[in-house]
Amino acid sequence: MAKKKTIRTIPQARTPMPEQSPEARVKNFDEVACGYRLEDALVEVDRCLDCADEPCVKGCPVGIDIPGFIRKMAAKNFHGAYDTITDTNLLPSVCGRVCPQESQCEGVCTVGETLEPVAIGRLERFVGDMAIKEGWANVPYIQPSRFKVGIVGSGPAGMACAADMAKAGCEVVVYEAFHEPGGVLKYGIPDFRLPNSVVDVEIEKLTRLGIRFECNTLVGRLFTLEQMLTEMGFHAVFVGTGAGYPSFMGIPGESLNGVLSANEWLTRCNLMHGRDFPSYDTPLQPGKRVAVVGAGNTAMDAMRVSLRVGAENVCCVYRRSATEAPARAEEIHHAMEEGVEFHWLTSPLELIGDAGNNVRAMRCEKMELGEPDASGRRRPLPVAGSAFELETDTVIFAIGTNANPILGQTSGLKLDKRGYIATDANLATSIAGIYAGGDIVTGAATVIQAMGAGRKAARAMKAYLGLRDSGCVYGREGSGDEDTLFGLSREEHNFARVHLA
Amino acid sequence: MTDFEILKREDFSEVTYLLEIAHPAMARAAHPGQFVIVMEHARGERIPLTIADFDRERGTVTLVIQAVGKTTREMQQRCRVGTRLHAVVGPMGIPSHLGKAKKVVCVGGGLGVAPVFPQARAYHESGAYVIGVLGFRSKSLIFWEDKFRACCDELIVCTDDGSAGIKGLVTEGIRQAIARHPDIDEVVAIGPPIMMKGCAEATRPHGIRTMVSLNPVMVDGTGMCGGCRVKIGEQIKFACVDGPDFDGHQVDFDDLMARLGRYKPTEKAALDAWKDESCRIRGGVDPLAPVPAVGTR
Repeated sequence: MAKKKTIRTIPQARTPMPEQSPEARVKNFDEVACGYRLEDALVEVDRCLDCADEPCVKGCPVGIDIPGFIRKMAAKNFHGAYDTITDTNLLPSVCGRVCPQESQCEGVCTVGETLEPVAIGRLERFVGDMAIKEGWANVPYIQPSRFKVGIVGSGPAGMACAADMAKAGCEVVVYEAFHEPGGVLKYGIPDFRLPNSVVDVEIEKLTRLGIRFECNTLVGRLFTLEQMLTEMGFHAVFVGTGAGYPSFMGIPGESLNGVLSANEWLTRCNLMHGRDFPSYDTPLQPGKRVAVVGAGNTAMDAMRVSLRVGAENVCCVYRRSATEAPARAEEIHHAMEEGVEFHWLTSPLELIGDAGNNVRAMRCEKMELGEPDASGRRRPLPVAGSAFELETDTVIFAIGTNANPILGQTSGLKLDKRGYIATDANLATSIAGIYAGGDIVTGAATVIQAMGAGRKAARAMKAYLGLRDSGCVYGREGSGDEDTLFGLSREEHNFARVHLA
Repeated sequence: MTDFEILKREDFSEVTYLLEIAHPAMARAAHPGQFVIVMEHARGERIPLTIADFDRERGTVTLVIQAVGKTTREMQQRCRVGTRLHAVVGPMGIPSHLGKAKKVVCVGGGLGVAPVFPQARAYHESGAYVIGVLGFRSKSLIFWEDKFRACCDELIVCTDDGSAGIKGLVTEGIRQAIARHPDIDEVVAIGPPIMMKGCAEATRPHGIRTMVSLNPVMVDGTGMCGGCRVKIGEQIKFACVDGPDFDGHQVDFDDLMARLGRYKPTEKAALDAWKDESCRIRGGVDPLAPVPAVGTR
């Protein structure tokens, strides 16, 4: 047996991620982080202590067997590593790129107590990308259960729920209002962070589980949730439509031309390819001096897109300080490297237009931090007499979203006070058989949180349908559970399936 | 579910054309006042179009389109019977609220004549007395007069040049209708913003409820982008999910018109480029074949 690794014997420094230089990348939409090469990955794998208490697994919202897949990588069994990850998470190439690992698995990594934590996200991405290149897919044996499940929304929550329900043998149909599936992964997150081609491959893998995607379908209006259960033969429905109703501040001048939501800006650029106008038809009208209000990941994306479509000056206007900014540290760092100017502790008061009704300036005031508010962050307070004007021709609001009203308008679903869908702890809604999760329940959050909600709802839906949780029944042989027979865990071997349908 | 095949096409004039599209589920679900978003091809833009008619038995929805920009002109050129659209999604928006009105004026201006038709028909079916007011620039542009005659108790046609009906704008028609009928409960007006503004002003002194249908710039049509926000009284609303019907007396039309122009420069560039392209390669070559990406600076 190999000698036990200790914190002193492992490679001390985290293996750096090969990246495009800031000067080069602001001129293209290629990925900023190019991904580990094989030799990088093998060095980083060696940094995992394979510790006994595995805090990373608990830190992961979907509970990936992280030490398990890293052990397989160390043994150069990359296909095995892929199977281990995809037993719990079907989208490693997506999550490896966009999860905030620093506050999840990597944030609690044992190595991280002394050194920099193991770069779990980068390793996950390496395995996912290798699977794409090699054409691997983890398609388990699926026994049809005769249940039909509808998923509303093809974003991360819907995808995760669809995958689990398909593995449990259900016939799954995913409805998407846009002309392409993927939700926020497609329209929101720009290609330099998550290429749409990666999302397409991951979706193609879902179709191999038998999942059907129906685009151009606005559920609620084309048919209602109730009709899905009564007329269309669905036994259960999951709603993962996202928050989808961008907020504005309500300050004067917001309807000036050149003022838009980050959602609109990103959708035009990413999904609709406005950046390739006029060979694509959607106009983008990039500004020269762009001001983005907000400091979350969406704000960073909006700013970095602006730079790439030719803005000369891009600034971030945020009413709190860098410490409170909700974006990932890495995103802020990348934006700074690329030349975004940050106006911390600055709050917009008014947008000022020119004669042609176009925005020409933003009047702002400086803020200072007071006592902590309900969110635990220090409340920003205006500094008297600090107003100033910021010259700008494009203002993009990235200050969050409200609840989309369509399903509330068209169904009997009970909503909470803010208009989001009300659920119980298991994500069941007020209508039996309908479950909901992701941003439409919690308000804006992250991709992996939405996926976690999709999986949680899937567990509840399986219980509702009388299906056992497939996770423990169909572990791939030799992947997760050791005690399996032909991929079927031994304790489940004599389990008689009860069909209620 | 459907492949958006075009089953019928009718040309009303040089610029106005009708497409009837196979979509049985949408035909079942559609109500007056709703709209769809159409993409003609995979590289196209998403454009909102009001549903002009729907036939539940045939399983079709009908759109009436005016060729004004690149996309609508390209559709005019390429959409033939038997061809397919890349995407049609809907019905979107809140259906028009057909109240208990007993006497209604349905006003359509130019292209707005088409989307006001399902409302006129629905009011007719509900037993209301329906007065149709249709405005066109000249006689040669008139369409659907017969369809309106079938569901209107009175029909006033107005033309700018007086070549048919009364000479003048639809507001003149509204004035005549109000003069004849003091008991009008509601006016529904659909057309260019400037026309809807005129209608709202014409009815304001009489205190007649006036509903207008707004069609601002949209991307997704599901509330997600906020591009279609409009000022209604003191409030900001999204036309796609909070509308498209609003109280005309509350709508800030000047704001709407200013915002409709926000992509004018790029839209014009697109149209010019497209015209150039289709002239240069007339015959045989597809003007939409992949072309090298052009920077947007």
